[in-house]
Amino acid sequence: MNTVTKPGLDRRGFLKFSALAGGGLLLGYYLKSGDLAAAEVGQPTAATLGDFAPNAFIRISPSGEVTIIAHKPEMGQGIRTSLPMVVAEELDVDWASVKIQAGMFDSVYGSQSAGGSTSTPTSYAPMRQMGATARAMLVEAAAQTWSVPASECTTASGAVLHAASGRKATYGSLVAKATTLTPPAAGSVTLKDPKDFKIVGKRLPGYQNADIVTGKALFGIDQKVPGMLYAVFEKCPVFGGKVVSANLDKIKTLPGVKQVFVIEGTTNLTGLMPGVAILADSTYAALSARKQLEVKWDEGPHAADSTAEFDKKAAAIGAKMEGGTSVRNEGDAAAAMAGAAKVVEAAYSYPFISHTNLEPQNTLAYVQGDRVEVWSPTQNPGAGTGLITSALGIPAANIKLHITRSGGGFGRRLSGDYMVEAAAISQKAGVPVKLQWSREDDLQHDHFRPGGHHFLKAGLDASGKIVAWQNHAVTYGTMAAGRGGGMSLQAGSGGALGAGQFPDAVVPNFHLMQTVMECNIPMGPWRAPGNCAFGYVLQGFVDELAVAAGKDPLQFRLDLLAAYPAPPAPGAAPAGGGRGGGGGGGFSASRARGVLALAAEKAGWGKKFAKGQGAGLAFHFSHQGYVAYVAEVTVSRAGTLKVDRVVAAVDVGRQIVNPSGAENQVEGSIIDALGVAMYQELTLDKGRMVKGNLAEYPMIRMPQAPAKIEIHFLTSDNNPTGLGEPAVPPLAPAVANAIFAATGKRLRQFPWSKSDLSWA
Amino acid sequence: MSQYTLNINGQSRSVDVAPETPMLWVLRDHLDLVGTKFGCGIGMCGACTIHLDGTPVRGCQTPVSTVGTKRITTIEGLSANATHPLQKAWMELDVPQCGYCQAGQLMSAAALLRDKPKPTDADIDAAMAGNLCRCATYTRIRAGIHRAAELGGAR
Repeated sequence: MNTVTKPGLDRRGFLKFSALAGGGLLLGYYLKSGDLAAAEVGQPTAATLGDFAPNAFIRISPSGEVTIIAHKPEMGQGIRTSLPMVVAEELDVDWASVKIQAGMFDSVYGSQSAGGSTSTPTSYAPMRQMGATARAMLVEAAAQTWSVPASECTTASGAVLHAASGRKATYGSLVAKATTLTPPAAGSVTLKDPKDFKIVGKRLPGYQNADIVTGKALFGIDQKVPGMLYAVFEKCPVFGGKVVSANLDKIKTLPGVKQVFVIEGTTNLTGLMPGVAILADSTYAALSARKQLEVKWDEGPHAADSTAEFDKKAAAIGAKMEGGTSVRNEGDAAAAMAGAAKVVEAAYSYPFISHTNLEPQNTLAYVQGDRVEVWSPTQNPGAGTGLITSALGIPAANIKLHITRSGGGFGRRLSGDYMVEAAAISQKAGVPVKLQWSREDDLQHDHFRPGGHHFLKAGLDASGKIVAWQNHAVTYGTMAAGRGGGMSLQAGSGGALGAGQFPDAVVPNFHLMQTVMECNIPMGPWRAPGNCAFGYVLQGFVDELAVAAGKDPLQFRLDLLAAYPAPPAPGAAPAGGGRGGGGGGGFSASRARGVLALAAEKAGWGKKFAKGQGAGLAFHFSHQGYVAYVAEVTVSRAGTLKVDRVVAAVDVGRQIVNPSGAENQVEGSIIDALGVAMYQELTLDKGRMVKGNLAEYPMIRMPQAPAKIEIHFLTSDNNPTGLGEPAVPPLAPAVANAIFAATGKRLRQFPWSKSDLSWA
Repeated sequence: MSQYTLNINGQSRSVDVAPETPMLWVLRDHLDLVGTKFGCGIGMCGACTIHLDGTPVRGCQTPVSTVGTKRITTIEGLSANATHPLQKAWMELDVPQCGYCQAGQLMSAAALLRDKPKPTDADIDAAMAGNLCRCATYTRIRAGIHRAAELGGAR
């Protein structure tokens, strides 16, 4: 268990900012040796004078112990294993000898947000530099000690070697000398040839697996400090509603209850919302007392909102290509549609869904005066600390944050609402507080993946070529402060469908219109924001067009991709952002063709199936990754779906850092995306989300997982990119297209559990 | 509040709690055995799975007053030093992603292997359907159980 620790050691480090290759990240706050701040979640250790700490990520003790700081939050994506692997590779030490510590939240590390599948693309090259720089200094220390040229020295397994003289010095023995050297300029050191990699590219297990299987790994929910109270927080079910009155006097008398009070909160739907806090001497006492809490809410102007009404409104809006914002309008889609040989129309939609992290939101916070120490399962530490500063007036410099392991992220923990709630409660209570959300809180007060509605129409010429395309995309938004100040209606995270989505670049008359419906629902990024839904819509509709054109679905897509403009130069840095989907941000049609063709080849595309069985395919580009699937399904006559086999082809660049972790991400993405498609839906009624717990919000379980998953990586000559998200979007359309092949039924609406798949 | 003496992982532990307090919270808040996780509170996610006399139960649905002298086993007591075949298999196959559900998965799987040392896929699906994995590591959990069966099953 944790104890409250003393404030971090002052850092007398000197700044050496340097632009590094691969993303241009400023990541060069070099510390003086022996000056590294304590940096392990849960078990802070004092910096040991005499250690060699050439930068914020590496510490080597005189006894030879190598510690690598994992600065990104771990939520199951494996980043606290994979980035240290990259450092260890260039440092040239044995993986088994490395100790990994989780970094505190500290600007010394650069960005510590883990979202948008950006950790690998932004940190891969800098982490190589960190390792290589340290290695170069150790080589220099040996060369000076032996009075030989550094160029004659090599390294292996944590030691410097001089072949000509047969001398060898372990890194530990060189620490004293190395600490006296000035780090070389970034970019001046030689990196390893990837063909000599011994760690990167190997299947390595997660660094905390031994602790996980023995129950020792500590998550946010497991943190504890002396004198801590356990808190629950009741918010208005209509988002942002204010407390009018509550039976606080009664709650105070209940067993174990120590304090109960109202938090006034703010009007920020994704920040500190109003509510009632109950603090007790155990979680169960707090949860039990809450059952007797009665609050009179001022529910505000949105207490009659419902998704049923939004659905009707969306249908009315989408019936016409007018009234919204034209995101892309090339040629004359209406005229070309009128002249088309064949017109296909379809309406696709998807509901609001929850992230449902298995570890319900929680945070331990201890506010003392204008300082706070926080333990939180966050994937984006700056969001919570920003709210603590803006809502509670605690200066950023006075926030000490331990980034604990998270029981799942999926984008939910990019938000800082639960962190600021814990700090607000501790501030008012004057004691350390662990805030614990219930599962019901989590489903009711998620920052939801926005629902959406797409009204599509396409025209084909006599040869089956797409000559016209219209899409009126209707999504949801809230009034929020814009960049220029002032309030404006802004689409929820991932709600806005941008230009640059396949196949817009090769359709001559293309009109994409977007309308945002104002709602009062807090929305946030959900694993592959936008793309997780757009992939379904676009790859489903393209499949419908292939069928209408009488073409093979694979060949139809390959033909469209063949017409695309030339791709970016091989090896070019990934385009900035790159979150946007299947076309923008440096989309390479050749890479898309590559994964499509590979998946089709490995799956044996073109096989014949009996009625009730079939194969479907889809591809999507998002978060700089290219993924294609072939799915094979069996649908019983009664309509029960079984996904028999999924064949994946994945292109995330030239180097898979940890194939075991990468495959785990793809397997998980496949099953997660299938669960969303089959089961998940949240509906709004009377201004509130109506689902209660997992009984009402089913999640995919083992029996529904595909029987067989095969994953193939296509290593193209592009910089390595992330894999937390890009494998999600193409799965649902591949399965939906397979269901069509098996049954003739086209599924255009999530969740499929509401559709009848039976056939005769 | 009432006094209870519990047999947990072979040790005698005393707590003074309300009789209806679920074992989940007794373990986590009162005994600092936090390997057993809270996920839903209604017995539907399996993250709080523990054994009572070897039978898997949901800790969130088991009031402390109902335990009596039954032997309680939690993930911390599944083996000494991570030597249960399931724990070895989990590490060998790199099963976890976030890891939050895995204690419950292991406890359910341990009971399965004790009853069926060589389970089929169908046996595994049936026994493990009550355990959610939000990261969806189901493929590896299934493979891990088969691997543990090869390594010696229930021991």
